[in-house]
Amino acid sequence: MTSPLESAALFHLGPVPITEAVIGTWAIMAVLVAGGMLIRRRLALIPSATQAAFELIVDTVDSQIRDTMRVEPAPYRAFIGTLFAFIFVANWSTLIPGVEPPTAHLETDAALALVVFLAVIWFGIRAGGVGGYLATFASPSPIMIPLNFVESLTRTFSMLVRLFGNVMSGVFMIGIVLSLAGLLVPIPLMALDLLTGAVQAYIFAILAMVFIAGAVGAEQPGADTSSNRTAP
Amino acid sequence: MNWLALVSIVSAAMAVSFGAIGPALAEGRAVAAAMDAIARQPESAGTISRTLFVGLAMIETMAIYCLVIALLLLFANPLLK
Repeated sequence: MTSPLESAALFHLGPVPITEAVIGTWAIMAVLVAGGMLIRRRLALIPSATQAAFELIVDTVDSQIRDTMRVEPAPYRAFIGTLFAFIFVANWSTLIPGVEPPTAHLETDAALALVVFLAVIWFGIRAGGVGGYLATFASPSPIMIPLNFVESLTRTFSMLVRLFGNVMSGVFMIGIVLSLAGLLVPIPLMALDLLTGAVQAYIFAILAMVFIAGAVGAEQPGADTSSNRTAP
Repeated sequence: MNWLALVSIVSAAMAVSFGAIGPALAEGRAVAAAMDAIARQPESAGTISRTLFVGLAMIETMAIYCLVIALLLLFANPLLK
């Protein structure tokens, strides 16, 4: 049995080893970009069925952002929507026979978690400036500064392990059951795996929203407490 | 097989088995509470079940962490190199 923690290189492009996960990632990116372009080419005021379906997806993302972050979704729609679409398609790419989802490898998830980590900093600085963003670390009280610093690192790590563990364990379990039992036995497990994949994509997007909301909107409570302090 | 490998295998099994107890109890409580809430307010079943799924996945992550630790012990144990 091969270790799920390491991935073998298929071939080398110069000094860079190319693994299966990299090819899968680029294929998913190509599919998403091509699909987006194709839909965008024939936008109409009276939408066709396909356009209506995609507008429904965008609408759902918008309403989720509005519910979770309590802000207008326009600046975050692209990032959150892309994150969800990519992880969702990556998790469900296991439906194609012989394809292992790229999110079942540690590197892809590490890259995604790193993107979220940097996006939190970027959105935080864009909303409140460098000082405003740094002030969110002292948000309940300055005693919390070291804890908040550590938390911003550990929550990134926990996002990475959460996505990796869930997707990898699904692939791993199916492999074990397939080696023990026959041909059709792992099908219920695969159905469960699809559910897990969809929920994990949703959770990854929700967590990214919550973290960004914490970096963006935390200055309002701070301003409230300062005004409360001067009021009496 | 040396004793280090033996200990690794045993502790990997123990990590998964004991690590599954807490999340199992927690998931049971979460589902019970959600059932209770849906029974009281059937009109908010959509919101409750959506939040329940997110919460369940969060709880399940604890068990997944234990699985990752077990796999680290079995496949990437630095002491067994």
